[in-house]
Amino acid sequence: MPQEIIEVAFELPSMEVVSYLCKGCGLCVTHCPQKCIEFSDQFNELGYKYAQYKGEGCTGCGICFYCCPEPGAIKVYKKVRE
Amino acid sequence: MKASVLQKPKAFYDKFERKGGSQLETTHYCPGCGHGILHKLIAEALADFDMADRTILISPVGCSVFAYYYFDTGNIQVAHGRAPAVATGLKRVHHNGIVISYQGDGDLAAIGGDEILQAANRGENITVFFVNNAIYGMTGGQMAPTTLVGQKTTTSPYGRKPENEGYPIRMSEIIATLEAPVYVERTALIDFKTINRTKRAVRKALQNQIENKGFSFIEVLSPCPTGWKMTPPDSQKWIEQNMIPYFPLKVFKDISDSATPFTYTDRTYSDSEVLNILGLSQLGERKKVDQSFLENFPTQNMKIAGFGGQGVLSAGVVMAACAMNENLEVSWIPSYGPEMRGGTANCSVILSHHRIGSPLTTNPNVLIVMNTPSLDAFEDDVVKDGLIIVNSSIVDREVKRKDVDVIYIPLTEIASRLGVVAAANMVCLGAYLEYTKIMDYKLLYDTIPIALKKKSLIDLNIKAVDEGVKYIREHYPRS
Amino acid sequence: MQRELIKGNEAVIKGALLAGCSHYFGYPITPASEIAQAAAYYFPLLGGTFVQAESEIAAINMVYGASGAGARVMTASSGPGLSLKQEGISYLAGAQLPCVIVDVMRAGPGLGNIWPEQGDYNQMVKGGGHGNYKNIVLAPNSAQEMCDLTILAFDLADQYLNPCVVLTDAYIGQMMEPVEFPSTRKQAPYKEWALYADDKTKSNLVTSIFMNTHLLEEHNFKLQDKYNEIQRTEVRYELLNADDADIVLIGYGIVSRILLNVMENFRANGKKVGLLRPITLFPFPIDIIGNMAQKGVNFLVAELSNGQMVDDVRLAVNGKSDVYLYSRMGGAVPSVKDIEEALSQYI
Repeated sequence: MPQEIIEVAFELPSMEVVSYLCKGCGLCVTHCPQKCIEFSDQFNELGYKYAQYKGEGCTGCGICFYCCPEPGAIKVYKKVRE
Repeated sequence: MKASVLQKPKAFYDKFERKGGSQLETTHYCPGCGHGILHKLIAEALADFDMADRTILISPVGCSVFAYYYFDTGNIQVAHGRAPAVATGLKRVHHNGIVISYQGDGDLAAIGGDEILQAANRGENITVFFVNNAIYGMTGGQMAPTTLVGQKTTTSPYGRKPENEGYPIRMSEIIATLEAPVYVERTALIDFKTINRTKRAVRKALQNQIENKGFSFIEVLSPCPTGWKMTPPDSQKWIEQNMIPYFPLKVFKDISDSATPFTYTDRTYSDSEVLNILGLSQLGERKKVDQSFLENFPTQNMKIAGFGGQGVLSAGVVMAACAMNENLEVSWIPSYGPEMRGGTANCSVILSHHRIGSPLTTNPNVLIVMNTPSLDAFEDDVVKDGLIIVNSSIVDREVKRKDVDVIYIPLTEIASRLGVVAAANMVCLGAYLEYTKIMDYKLLYDTIPIALKKKSLIDLNIKAVDEGVKYIREHYPRS
Repeated sequence: MQRELIKGNEAVIKGALLAGCSHYFGYPITPASEIAQAAAYYFPLLGGTFVQAESEIAAINMVYGASGAGARVMTASSGPGLSLKQEGISYLAGAQLPCVIVDVMRAGPGLGNIWPEQGDYNQMVKGGGHGNYKNIVLAPNSAQEMCDLTILAFDLADQYLNPCVVLTDAYIGQMMEPVEFPSTRKQAPYKEWALYADDKTKSNLVTSIFMNTHLLEEHNFKLQDKYNEIQRTEVRYELLNADDADIVLIGYGIVSRILLNVMENFRANGKKVGLLRPITLFPFPIDIIGNMAQKGVNFLVAELSNGQMVDDVRLAVNGKSDVYLYSRMGGAVPSVKDIEEALSQYI
């Protein structure tokens, strides 16, 4: 898949839950092999306790992205070999 | 640092404007719903194949009725269960399009059971994604054709009972028994392994269509946490423990590699080609006809009757065509409905200079009877001073009416002397025109070919006309 | 051009092909099967598509797909088939998709029989499926009109983005008459709203779903505006000997042919009888009937049904004169004499 390449300032690999698009189904939390996603204590504007990245442990495997039913709720960032 | 981003595929709209309301970036699907996952896999494949512009996606009836909110493709929403028929119509118009029929279990396996089977059987060059979640989600959790035995739904509150509802239907297995489909697989959306397998199946099914290989069918076991009243993770476990044992994950058929691709030829036709194909190019200009002939033409209300096979209907067609060529108005109608009686085949033919009203000659002024039942059936209907032409070879009685003109002519004998019994009808038309003089009998020569399947018999039929004329000249000479 | 002696049912197909129709989807049913047979023969020869669908329902939905894809497309059937197609026709009307539907009427209800009737008037003219819609309905009474009105049907369907029905009967379909065909083939027009499976049209959406009640009401009002415009501009009829008529006969299809003889015979006897033959059933010739009623003209409506069109006549007359019904059913077609006897009671 030809993925977009962007410049980032955070550590790679990494993942991001776009909190206002998350419906809190928990499938990413369940299926992440590294167990590096958790539920937030906060409710988002949709009324769900959204998932969030623990901040470390992501291997960029993309499993969370494919397990997530929402088109735009998860982004996974991988290091590009230069 | 440079990063590659795995994110919302480009074949989705950026914002789901058609959805309306304030949430323009989320779907309408419930948390944990499998539709969202499958949507993502399809959108990603369309983007990667650069096919979104060529794609027409069908939104069915069911939870995925709003698929058109999301896919940046051509979109069409259809009636419940009819997506494969609509897909057929779309694909038969745009061979180059990528047509996706996306359907749920009620839509595909219940109300649309025939449409999917027949589209599969025709081997339509389309891709079908079948979301099997064993329940009707949209309408509030009713029983689906794939609902498991014992499974409670709002319309199987005591659990599905085979004695009342039958067993859950295995669509992939059924589709795979058909000759035409090239690729049939059942996958699931319960973990990364099965989702990844689904991702590959989606791509292969679309690739098959891109390569014009034919019909691909992917059944996807998909969680419906809301309908099943479970958490999303539990609903995935439920599929594993309950659905997969009954609906095994498997490639049921794959002849993609050996399938002969469809070839499509699109060409345009010139007007002269069109007219030629429609049989209209030889008609030429209308004949110039003497106006006094038309004005003095006595309207002929004809009934021609006999056994099937005596050429009754074709005699009528030849006579009508002959008169039409002389610019008369004509109509021909075979025996039909209440007109059919007495075990005869018959037709009504009207020849007139005037506009023709009813094409049915209930009271003919010309009756041609090729057999006795026809005379029995229609003798009384003839108008006073009308003409009855009797095939005396077969009709075994005389006309009882005294107020009509009658010709007895052994049509069948004359025709059989020529070697073609079936030409009795043409003997008759020759006799009719020679006797009545309403038109030159030679005009029949040009119209005989239109009613004859065997063109080799044209000359014989023309001879038959001449024989009819000869008989009249000998036996019914006009003073 | 010289005329071809041809059956009405076959003239439909030649007319359709000359109108630029490229796709035919149908299911066999007597007495409409000859249309499917002619389509099966001719469409492939001109690069078109004929598919014998698995059902009437599938056929009309194939029409929906091909119409959504921008093609000129048609189907044909008879009463029992049209009953099944009503779902699809409602969707076509709702999604504003043009198509041509030929109904060669037979006798009902239920399986009835295969002889001619006009009992489909209500289901084709008044809508027939669910929702607030109408079909444009044309009623040929000759083989020539089977061709001409089929061609017109494609143009009206595309102009108004609406299903257009050619409502006919077994007699008109089975009868052979001379037909003069056009000598050029029309091209199906490009439709900006349709799905051509390309980047230019991918933002198009063909749909009949409007979840928002206001939007659906707006959509319905838009449809009604369209039907009103059709009523204003597309009424077609044939009116004979009406100027001095005391009573005007009204009938369509095969009945109008019989009525022509009735009128001529009465005129020959000095009786002031006229004839109105609606060519469009929707839009119905309301104004002309209303105007005549205003002048005190009475009407005898002859129908091969229990009296379906007569309701529209009564609405147009609005109580201003007398409306009589001559009704036959079950496939029984009246003779000229039958109707003459009925008419003599009112004259």
